[in-house]
Amino acid sequence: MAQLEEVNIDQFRHLVSERAISGETMLLNMGPQHPSTHGVLRLLLELDGETIINCISDIGYLHTGIEKNMEAKTYQKAEVMTDRLDYMNPMGNNLAYVMAVEKLVDLDVPARAQALRVILVELQRIASHLVWLGAFGLDLAAMSVFLYCFREREEVLDIFELVSGQRMMTTFIRPGGLWRDVPVEFEKAVRDFLKTFPKRIDEYEALLTKNPLLIDRLAGIGVLDAATALQYGVTGPNLRASGVNWDLRKARPYSGYEQYDFNVPIRTTGDTFDRYIVRVEEMRESLKIIQQAMDKLPMGAVRSENRKFVPPPRSEIGVSMESLIHHFKLWTEGFLAPKASVYSAVESPRGELGVYLEGDGGPKPHRIHMRTPSFDNLAVLPKIVNGHLVADLVAILASIDIVLGDIDR
Amino acid sequence: MDKKLEPIVKTIQEKFGATLEEFRDEVHLFVKPEQIVEALTILRDEYKFEMLSALTATDYFPQQMPRFHVVYQLTSVEKNLSVQMRVPVNGTSPKVPTVTRVYEAANWRERELFDMFGVEVEGHPDPRRILMPDDTEGHPLRKDFPLGYEEPQFSFNFDEIGLKKPFPKE
Repeated sequence: MAQLEEVNIDQFRHLVSERAISGETMLLNMGPQHPSTHGVLRLLLELDGETIINCISDIGYLHTGIEKNMEAKTYQKAEVMTDRLDYMNPMGNNLAYVMAVEKLVDLDVPARAQALRVILVELQRIASHLVWLGAFGLDLAAMSVFLYCFREREEVLDIFELVSGQRMMTTFIRPGGLWRDVPVEFEKAVRDFLKTFPKRIDEYEALLTKNPLLIDRLAGIGVLDAATALQYGVTGPNLRASGVNWDLRKARPYSGYEQYDFNVPIRTTGDTFDRYIVRVEEMRESLKIIQQAMDKLPMGAVRSENRKFVPPPRSEIGVSMESLIHHFKLWTEGFLAPKASVYSAVESPRGELGVYLEGDGGPKPHRIHMRTPSFDNLAVLPKIVNGHLVADLVAILASIDIVLGDIDR
Repeated sequence: MDKKLEPIVKTIQEKFGATLEEFRDEVHLFVKPEQIVEALTILRDEYKFEMLSALTATDYFPQQMPRFHVVYQLTSVEKNLSVQMRVPVNGTSPKVPTVTRVYEAANWRERELFDMFGVEVEGHPDPRRILMPDDTEGHPLRKDFPLGYEEPQFSFNFDEIGLKKPFPKE
């Protein structure tokens, strides 16, 4: 066994104040095993009494080399890794990756697949926000909200299980469309969810939004102003709570988002309470999008007819030699992508999820970089916690909604 | 190319002699490492590219001149535009100047750049590794870094594998 190394103050000397060196202030480790860090995140806090003077984040405990691994796989196989990135948002990660691949090889997607993608991704956004809301409540000692949120999240995961056979690691959205069409039970399941869920949001809001204890703990805490947020590359609900109207679904509509009528919730203070409100409102807007997409869900194919990139259906393989060849080529060699690079981004529940994808003319990507929103959202943390109490740090950390799988990749 | 991007691209081209590449409506501008800070400052202050969306690199090993391209993906929230700056860096002593004074977001991203590619960032305020442990040797996302795996250890070959297993350093 290796000896545990004693932490040397020298490597943090430039990050803490003079008073920490002389021992006047206290250095405290929070994490990597701590219930309120939402994963394996270590925060080194410099405390004066209970006030935070400096906060140094230490990440990388969950680094699994996903980008390196994806370079060794064909474009289809690399997609499986994306589910494991931000494990609260597998559908959204699939979409982000698949859209980059489609942009790189210039592949069309049928209208039905696009609408279904929107429905699934918005359901995923609700599920992700539910986990966030539950954990957020838990961190603020509101245990019951957690239980309610997970009850509803289960309904969404049941829908995913229905369509893909998997609750979480779905890999359902594929280059050129979807893995397969949704089953007939899908419509009823989603419509049932649409019917019950608005009342459930009211229930959460009744528990939290006007709760004076909650407002006391959240209002005016961890204020992030718009200029700082942009400087640090903060995106998603955190940015919109600071008053910047930036939602990629509106600004650069993809996958047919321009057809749906929805609002982008904006708040202006940028404190912890605003970040909470924006996410709750976003769940309502997601419901609106799902409702509209369900109402005008077109019929037709869910996979592109471009056989160079999309495998043929099973029924064709038995009767067409060409289909058999395509099938064989796609699952052995994979498809070839040009020697060029693209950057494509989607709005994940946490912000701008960008994929930088570079091909080298072969069947495997030369370089994939996932621009994950949590990474930048966490980087701003020291800026907004300084001067607050340790108990507020827990609330602020919960409110920026980080997922360590998303940060460490 | 977006019409609104044309004057911006023209300015950067004239001022820095930047080469332009376009692919699927994306604009990639190539500048030299010593020009990047000034180019980003101009883009931020005059053309309202408030956000550094991504900062990464790509390795063209075994090619050495240039071996890396450092990629700066910029977003303008106000004008809804994107532009990508690329900085070719050679393989013998890869170095770029820090852009943390232009975009704070670059702080962690440049630490990642050094951690993963070994591209040194000059003048960085906090030059530590970020994702890998401090005692890691090499830079994982370089193309000459093997995608390793651990051999499974069973009871019949326990000692044999144990001998060559890399243990954490003392």
